[in-house]
Amino acid sequence: MGPATMSESLIEESILSRPTYGTLKIVPGLAHYFLADASGAECVIRVVQELPRDMMEKVHILYVPTPGEAALITSLYALGAKRFEHFPTIEEAVAKLGDWLSDAKMGSQLYLAGTEGLVGQGVAKGEECGLDHTAVQCEHRGSLARRVQCVHCKTMIEDVTTQPVKCPSCDLLLLVRDHYSRRLAAFQGVCINAEDPSEEIEIKEVFK
Amino acid sequence: MTIQFKDESFRGDFTYANSPSNIPRFPFPFPEDEYMYSTNIEPHHAARAGSPFENAFDVDEHYVAEMKDRALVLADDPGRCQALPHMETAGWDFLELVMVSKARDYPDLFKLTMDGDRWHWINKPLQIDDTFTFGDSSTLPCHPMEYIGRQVQGDHAILDQRDGNLWMDAGIITAQADWSLDFDIGMNFFEWHAPVPLAHELGVFQRALKFLLTLPQGQPSRRLNWTLTVNPRLDTSPENYPKWGPDRMTVTPENIGEKVHLRVELQTFWRLPRSNAILFPIRTYLMAMNEVVTQPKWGRRLHRVMRDLRPELVDYKGLSRYHPILVEWLSQFDDGAPTSPGIFPD
Ligand code: HEM
Repeated sequence: MGPATMSESLIEESILSRPTYGTLKIVPGLAHYFLADASGAECVIRVVQELPRDMMEKVHILYVPTPGEAALITSLYALGAKRFEHFPTIEEAVAKLGDWLSDAKMGSQLYLAGTEGLVGQGVAKGEECGLDHTAVQCEHRGSLARRVQCVHCKTMIEDVTTQPVKCPSCDLLLLVRDHYSRRLAAFQGVCINAEDPSEEIEIKEVFK
Repeated sequence: MTIQFKDESFRGDFTYANSPSNIPRFPFPFPEDEYMYSTNIEPHHAARAGSPFENAFDVDEHYVAEMKDRALVLADDPGRCQALPHMETAGWDFLELVMVSKARDYPDLFKLTMDGDRWHWINKPLQIDDTFTFGDSSTLPCHPMEYIGRQVQGDHAILDQRDGNLWMDAGIITAQADWSLDFDIGMNFFEWHAPVPLAHELGVFQRALKFLLTLPQGQPSRRLNWTLTVNPRLDTSPENYPKWGPDRMTVTPENIGEKVHLRVELQTFWRLPRSNAILFPIRTYLMAMNEVVTQPKWGRRLHRVMRDLRPELVDYKGLSRYHPILVEWLSQFDDGAPTSPGIFPD
């Protein structure tokens, strides 16, 4: 994923399993695949509108809007990419990305922009489809909400903004660790009061 | 040499204990009176008859009971044994290494007969007598890693080597000191070690990886790692933390000698011949404080190590709740006399 450029990123560097993020920049390639959510849309617009018209044949864009939002859909559509599709959830958009990448040529480039959950799942899909990590660029934008896996019942919890977080499935109160799995595109959640379940812990908004 | 295998438990009523003759052969992990992380890797040569370093894969009185505990864990959580698709050849390499070593080192317990690819394996302690075709997984009841992993003490991770790194792409992990294979599978050396404090900054992991990447076949290495566990429980996984975490609240000055166990991992590193992967056995030894202090040198030294342990390590190893009581309790075994170098008892 390349060295972290901190200038446009909100994420501080921490432990080594955590991903680092850069700034999207077009590099030579036979095809350019973009995946973004609402917070990453402007990154896609920023780099794609710089491209010469005849390159738009190689550009494919997937987008996950926030519900009810239309202006960014219009702007992304207006870029004139060969393909542009939008989906209500990250999961559906990532599945579509998998379809596209499985037909993709060698020398394809993948660009991911937006929240950590979207970027992480895009990276995992790229890896699964055999894309070399040097062909994947990530730009983090927007909320610091985390995707968390409960280590106890293995439930994936999306958009976690609090520390700790209650697992919706097994009800345990989870400490959200910095330990991150790229394969799962998730941080690890571990019971915070397992030793003394009577301990009360205040839930605070920290990943905003 | 015959081994009397014990009928004992690592959960519930915790009947696990070491026989008096098993105590001096414990791999005490402290060669000095103080401890800090280092790249403590040495050749896995046969050392000291009777010690756990004598054979490639040490078999002791806990073998049969440990394999029963592994079967219980796997029945409850199949995710403790996972292999990415490209790791099958490495699984066969692992099976071969264990069978050949055990049949050579413990001929009264294990027997391997090879007729070309037709292999006949007898494991007397576990009452297994199987014939299979080496390299053909359809002739085994499961993946070769799982088949042999259910017959060898200790957890086993298998690391694929590519892009100048090691990748944890397979493992059978049922007796871990608080890390999750299901979460870590597919990570590289730096990623799975990410939660460890201080060692990254000290360059320990950079040096260790460099060493491992050039590990030659036929020249295994080893290191010791340690932590403490309340009750002789093998399965201290993060998955089951709500089951074992509360044990940490039960330690008192009265019961600490029997409750708190020194948990030592004899870790070895083996280059595998066909897959070029590295096999990483993590062989866990548990010994109650009461048993440790029967060796005066160990009692003295353990007091000094625990007293001076860096706070970051106390925290990372999960000792905070009972560390002060432990240091106080151990002080009665430390008369201030000098200790001899090395790990073996006097
Ligand atoms: C190549 C095989 C190895 C594997 C699969 C492995 C795996 C692990 C894992 C899973 C952890 C737990 C991390 C956590 O908190 O989640 C760990 C801890 C650790 N590892 Fe490794 N490791 C390997 C080799 C090494 C080597 C060669 C060293 C040499 C210095 C080393 C030093 C450590 C240390 C110091 C810790 C912290 C242990 C503690 O304080 O209890 N590891 N290792």
